[in-house]
Amino acid sequence: MIFFWAFVVGGIICVIGQIMFDVFKLSPAHTLSILVVSGAILDGFGLYEPLIDFAGAGVTVPITSFGNSLVHGAMAEAEKHGLVGVVTGMFEVTSAGISAAIIFGFIGALIFKPKG
Amino acid sequence: MADKQKKNLPPDAQNYQAFQQQRETKRPLFKNCIKAFLVGGFICFIGQIISTFYIYFFNFTEQTAGNPTVATLIFITMLLTGFGVYDRIGQFAGAGSAVPVTGFGNAVISSAIEHRTEGFVLGVGTNMLKLAGPVIVYGVFSAFVIALIKTILIKWGGL
Repeated sequence: MIFFWAFVVGGIICVIGQIMFDVFKLSPAHTLSILVVSGAILDGFGLYEPLIDFAGAGVTVPITSFGNSLVHGAMAEAEKHGLVGVVTGMFEVTSAGISAAIIFGFIGALIFKPKG
Repeated sequence: MADKQKKNLPPDAQNYQAFQQQRETKRPLFKNCIKAFLVGGFICFIGQIISTFYIYFFNFTEQTAGNPTVATLIFITMLLTGFGVYDRIGQFAGAGSAVPVTGFGNAVISSAIEHRTEGFVLGVGTNMLKLAGPVIVYGVFSAFVIALIKTILIKWGGL
């Protein structure tokens, strides 16, 4: 059942992105930034975890999960070390996405040649 | 363009703008949304398959499986971007391929590949995060503000 909800919820988030593209005429960079910030805000109110339980990859795969895991890492570290933890813990959980993008980006640049 | 600016233009230019607006192709919103829904949903569906794999074989939980899933998807994106397939998916799907992390991965990887001719430090190094930068900057700053407010509320507000 979680496969079905992952498809539906993930699809809905992409439709929200498409509406921002087409109706509000925002650039992709603006759209993605807004989605990341809204993911962070949702996690601030504690609404993102129940969504993950409900839709699994439907909410961890869209870019909104970046905002969620940034807040998550910051909060986890803040519980241990107080306010300093907010800064030091930020990338603890998100690191997978960003480091994977940088590592594979570099490997890609080594292997592939630009087209056209 | 703002209306105020429009009034200062010569009449010819105003006519031209009216004409241009008339002729501008309307974006087929409904059709685009359906495409975005199907492709975006499909990418998340694949993500769920990968998540399930990690949960069953590597003892991740539903909450923590997101990280390895994201890394795996970005690896797949590298191959698709390198062979030029992701661009075609992107033209068809619009936001459906841009909103999932694969779109973030594609932005990083494609600018890395594109600028390799300018050298590995000045080309790949400087341009890799050009398109993905805003996402990281706004994500980090908003997360900082939110986590700061929440920590202060918990510590001194007794939340």
